[in-house]
Amino acid sequence: MRIVVCVKFVPDIQSDRQLGPDGRVVRDGGDGTLNELDENAVEAALTLVEEHGGEVVVLTVGPDDAVDAVRKGLQMGADAAVHVLDDAAAGSDALGTAAVLAAAVRHLSAASPVDLVVTGMAGLDGLTSLLPTALAEHLDLPALPLAAELAVDPGAGTVTVTRNLDHASEVLSATLPALVSVTDQINEPRYPNFKGIMAARKKPVETLTLADVGVDPATVGLAGARTQVLEAAPRPPREDRVLVTDTGDAGTRLAAWLVDRRLV
Amino acid sequence: MTATPVLVLLDHAADGTLRPPVRELLTLARTLADGAPVEGVWAGTLDTAAALPVLGAQGVTTVHRLVTDADLHLSAVVADGVVQVLGATGATLLLAVSSFENKETLARVAVRTGAGVVTDADGVTVEDGRVVTHKTVLAGTWTTRCAVTAPVALVTVKANSVAAEDVAAPLQPAIAEHAVDVSEASRRVRLVERIERADSGRPDLGSAHVVVVGGRGTEGDFTPVEELADVLGGAVGATRVATDEGWIGHDAQIGQTGVTISPRLYIGAGVSGAVHHRGGMQASGTIVAVNSDPDAPIFEIADFGVVGDLFTVLPQAAAELRRLQG
Ligand SMILES: Cc1cc2nc3c(=O)[nH]c(=O)nc-3n(C[C@H](O)[C@H](O)[C@H](O)COP(=O)(O)OP(=O)(O)OC[C@H]3O[C@@H](n4cnc5c(N)ncnc54)[C@H](O)[C@@H]3O)c2cc1C
Ligand SMILES: Nc1ncnc2c1ncn2[C@@H]1O[C@H](COP(=O)(O)O)[C@@H](O)[C@H]1O
Repeated sequence: MRIVVCVKFVPDIQSDRQLGPDGRVVRDGGDGTLNELDENAVEAALTLVEEHGGEVVVLTVGPDDAVDAVRKGLQMGADAAVHVLDDAAAGSDALGTAAVLAAAVRHLSAASPVDLVVTGMAGLDGLTSLLPTALAEHLDLPALPLAAELAVDPGAGTVTVTRNLDHASEVLSATLPALVSVTDQINEPRYPNFKGIMAARKKPVETLTLADVGVDPATVGLAGARTQVLEAAPRPPREDRVLVTDTGDAGTRLAAWLVDRRLV
Repeated sequence: MTATPVLVLLDHAADGTLRPPVRELLTLARTLADGAPVEGVWAGTLDTAAALPVLGAQGVTTVHRLVTDADLHLSAVVADGVVQVLGATGATLLLAVSSFENKETLARVAVRTGAGVVTDADGVTVEDGRVVTHKTVLAGTWTTRCAVTAPVALVTVKANSVAAEDVAAPLQPAIAEHAVDVSEASRRVRLVERIERADSGRPDLGSAHVVVVGGRGTEGDFTPVEELADVLGGAVGATRVATDEGWIGHDAQIGQTGVTISPRLYIGAGVSGAVHHRGGMQASGTIVAVNSDPDAPIFEIADFGVVGDLFTVLPQAAAELRRLQG
C-alpha cells in the first residue's frame, strides 16, 4: 500500500498564540509544531503499512518552518516527505490548501499510485475540519471522515471505518483508493526514538513549488481566498470574576450567585 | 441584500424532530434576509403535520425537500442536493448548524460551486451587501470578523449564538421537492451501519443552555454532576480523562477533539482546564469552576470559582437551588 499522510504545521497550542491584523496566526518562529492530531494520522498509516506492507509519504503545504512537521513524521517512521513551499500559497484558506494538496497528491500518484490518503480530524489552529472532505472532493476519492477505528482489507481492496458523531455512530466502507481522516481516539501515537531520529536524517524531503505540482498561483493563497479577515482582536478578559474558598457554604453561595445572575 | 432567499439546512433527528439550534438559525436568517424569503432544505422523509407548524412559526416560506434513493446520511449525497437547491433558488447565503456532518457537506458544496465557507460562527451580519461572520478562535481567546468574498457564502453557526424567536404571524410553508441527481461518485461510500444514540433524557449536549462537566476529580462518580445538571435542566459533559476512563460515553467529551459548546452557563467540576478542553468551552457565556486546587488553570477563565471539594460543593448548590425553586 502506498499511503500519503497530510500533516499541518501549526503554532504550539500551549504557547501564547496571537493573530496578526490579517487574521493569520503569527508565526514568529520556534513555537510551531506538527499538529498533534496529525500524529494520529501518521500513526494510523504506519500501523497499516506494518500490517500490510508498503510505504508512507508525509505531505505538507506551508512556510519554511513547516518542514519540521514532515520531519517529525519521518522520525516517527514515515519513508519519505514532500513539502510544498511557495510564497504564493501563503494565506490560503482551507479550500485553497485543499487544491494545493490535491495537486501534490496527483503529482505523487503520477510516480506511483496512491492507495490511501490519511489526514487528521482538524488543525488545532483553526479547527475548521473542512480540509479532508474538500481534498477528497478535489481528488474525486470516496471520503471516510473521523475514523475512530480503521481497517483495510487489501485482498478485497476495501477500507472500513467506524465513526462517532454527535447523535449516532456509523460504519462506512469504500473501495480503495480512498481518503480517511482519523480522530485522536484511533490510536496512541508513538514517540520518535533515537533510532528513528537518526534514520530520519537520511530520508528524503522533496520540496516542490506550485508550478511543480501544476497549480495556478492566482487560484490559491491570499489571491484565491474566498474569505477575508476584516478584524482580529484579543477577547477582553472576563469582568467581575469571583473566587471563593469553601469554608462550608460555597455551594449555597454558588446557588445564590446563579440566581442573582439570572442563570437559573 | 439581494432578493434571493436565505437558505437554512434543516437538521432533524431520525424521528423527524427539528434539532433545537435550527430554530436559532432560522431566526438569524430572518434578520439577514432583509425582506427576502427564508427557505429551508430538508433531507429525507418529511412529516408535514409535525414539522411544518414549527417551520411556519419561524417564517419559513418554502421547504426544499431532497428526494433520492441514495443514503441521505452521506455528506456527498446531501451535497449533491444542496448544490441543486442553490442552483434552483439562486440563493447566495446558506446557514447550517455547526456539526462535523455539516462541515463535510459544506466543504463539498464549496469545492463544487466556488462558494466561501466559514465554520463555527457565533454571529452573522450583512454589511455593504457582503456576508460578514463573527467567531472566536484560538481556544476562545481571540475574536475575528471575516467577510465572505466569494459570490455564495456557506456558514456554520454554533448553537446558542442567537435566541430563537417565532414570528408574529406564522406562515404555511410550501414544499418544493427536488429529485436529487446523485452522481456516481457520491454513491461510492457505503453506510454499512448507523446506530442512533439513545436519548439521555437530558438536553442535547451541543445545544444545551446549561452544561455541567465532570473531570478526573469525580474519580468516576458522576452522581453530583448529574444531580446539579438535573436541577438546572442542563446536559452532562466530561473531559477526555473521564471518557477515556470509561466513566461516561465518548460522546460526552467536551473539547477540541470532542463537542464544542457555548452554553449560557458552563459548570466544570474536578476539571483542571487544560487547553484542549478550553478550546471546546471557552466561548461559553458564564463559566463556573469547582476545583480543590487553587492553582488549577480553569480559574483563570472562571466567572465564579470555588476552591473546594466537588463532592460537598455540588450537592450543597443543588440542594439550595431546589430550595430556592420551591
Ligand atoms: C490531541 C489531544 C486532544 C485532546 N482533546 C481533549 C478534549 O477534546 N477534551 C478534553 O477534555 N481533553 C482533551 N485532551 C486531554 C487534555 O489535555 C487533558 O488531559 C484533560 O482535559 C484533563 O482532564 P481533567 O481536567 O478531567 O483531568 P486533570 O487535568 O487531571 O484535572 C483534574 C482536576 O480535578 C481536581 N480535583 C481532584 N479532586 C477533586 C475534588 N474532589 N473536587 C474538586 N476538584 C478536584 C484537580 O485539582 C484537578 O485540577 C486532549 C489531549 C490531547 C493530547
Ligand atoms: N497545510 C496543510 N498541509 C498538510 N495537511 C494539512 C494542511 N492543512 C490541513 N491539513 C490536513 O487536514 C486536516 C484538517 O485540517 P483543517 O481543515 O485545517 O482543520 C489536518 O489534520 C491535516 O491532516
